[in-house]
Amino acid sequence: MIPAAFEYKRPMSLEEAIDHLAKHGYDARVLAGGQSLIPAMRYRLAQPGVLVDINKLPNLSYLSEEGGMLRIGALVRDTDVEFNKDIQHRYHLISDVSMVVADPIVRYRGTVVGSLCHNDPSGDWAAAAIAARAQMVIKGKNGTRVEPIDQFLVDSFATSLGEGELAVEVRFPTPNALTSGAYEKIERKVGDYATAAAAVQLELNPDGTIKEAGIGITAVAHMPLRVVEGENLLRGQKPSMELIRAAAEEARKIADPTPDARGSAEYKKDMARVLVGRGLLKALNRLGVAVA
Amino acid sequence: MEITLNINGTEKKLNVEPRTLLVQAIRDAGLTGTHIGCDSSSCGVCTVVLDGKTAVKSCTMFAVQAEGHSITTIEGLAQGDKLHPLQQAFHDQHGLQCGYCTPGMIMAAYVLLQHNPNPSEEEIRFGLSGNLCRCTGYQNIVKAVQQAAQMLQQPTGAAADD
Repeated sequence: MIPAAFEYKRPMSLEEAIDHLAKHGYDARVLAGGQSLIPAMRYRLAQPGVLVDINKLPNLSYLSEEGGMLRIGALVRDTDVEFNKDIQHRYHLISDVSMVVADPIVRYRGTVVGSLCHNDPSGDWAAAAIAARAQMVIKGKNGTRVEPIDQFLVDSFATSLGEGELAVEVRFPTPNALTSGAYEKIERKVGDYATAAAAVQLELNPDGTIKEAGIGITAVAHMPLRVVEGENLLRGQKPSMELIRAAAEEARKIADPTPDARGSAEYKKDMARVLVGRGLLKALNRLGVAVA
Repeated sequence: MEITLNINGTEKKLNVEPRTLLVQAIRDAGLTGTHIGCDSSSCGVCTVVLDGKTAVKSCTMFAVQAEGHSITTIEGLAQGDKLHPLQQAFHDQHGLQCGYCTPGMIMAAYVLLQHNPNPSEEEIRFGLSGNLCRCTGYQNIVKAVQQAAQMLQQPTGAAADD
């Protein structure tokens, strides 16, 4: 399968990249890892007239902590995250996700920021970004804007990126010692889209009650969703099985999946519930909290 | 457009379109050891090594993107008539049935061993989970990678004579 012809641009600076994107508007697509875009082009689901390859841009491969945030540049590959010992030790949710995105070979090339920009309804990183309350850093002709992930993710395969804008970074808040998370995913085989998946992040108060909760579910609706009511139930409460069951049930309620070979709508809705429950238990376990 | 690709240490000048996939360019350059399988980023038979340490499914990269990188294919592993330890181990352990997936398996195993020279069976299975063998010959593939890991950790030539 051969993609439709396109014009290839390989800018050497951010300014040049933004110029190309501004000039060609929505006929241009950004090529970073290409692990979703190139398959889509081969199937001719995507036929951009212009590809702006950002792989030669300088200074977008950083993975660093600054100002209480983990900053992941637009050219950071999934394996850069997966193999990072510090992330494995402290960013439990992000580490979990980095091990189950696509397959090990695809992860050498795929990027975190690119996955968020693609906003596939089954995207793994989007669910994690929702749960961890990440922010996107976007550059354009008019400067830089920083946007909460909930505003960035607009709809299936759609984000708030405007013409002539490039997402250059995603920022995840650095977890404190009372914060942990987990990612739970069911897939038929490695590399397939998730049947259902859930990302959770919990921050405890010193007295053991839940200070803040984040829950993102994916592959169970038109786009990755925040389980707002589940988060509300958890906040301020002491962890218990009853509480976890109630919060997980909120995921089942808002899930609106499409039935396919991976399962019926009813099954996927229930898996959203099950996976949120498992994720919450795992995050609490990682915080040394036994739940009765 | 004319591009220059460094494949197995040799510079090759190729005439490609921007949409030419890397796997097609490699095969058009006469190196047909890299196979095309699913053509949809799933099966991994087209896996090649980029810059010695990372792997890519070459059906999921445009040839023009590989300019400035070094590409290693299955043809680039042997030293003259002496097989690379991975090739020798796949031979010794019969790590193939029809052989179609073998080039991709070996290149994926090559980068796996770069990052983890002494992997457990579980780590090998995890590391090769993006590569499919439709003969389901995984058992011997895993054994072959285990043998290669041992050979690569021993002084040159010590294990190859077994």
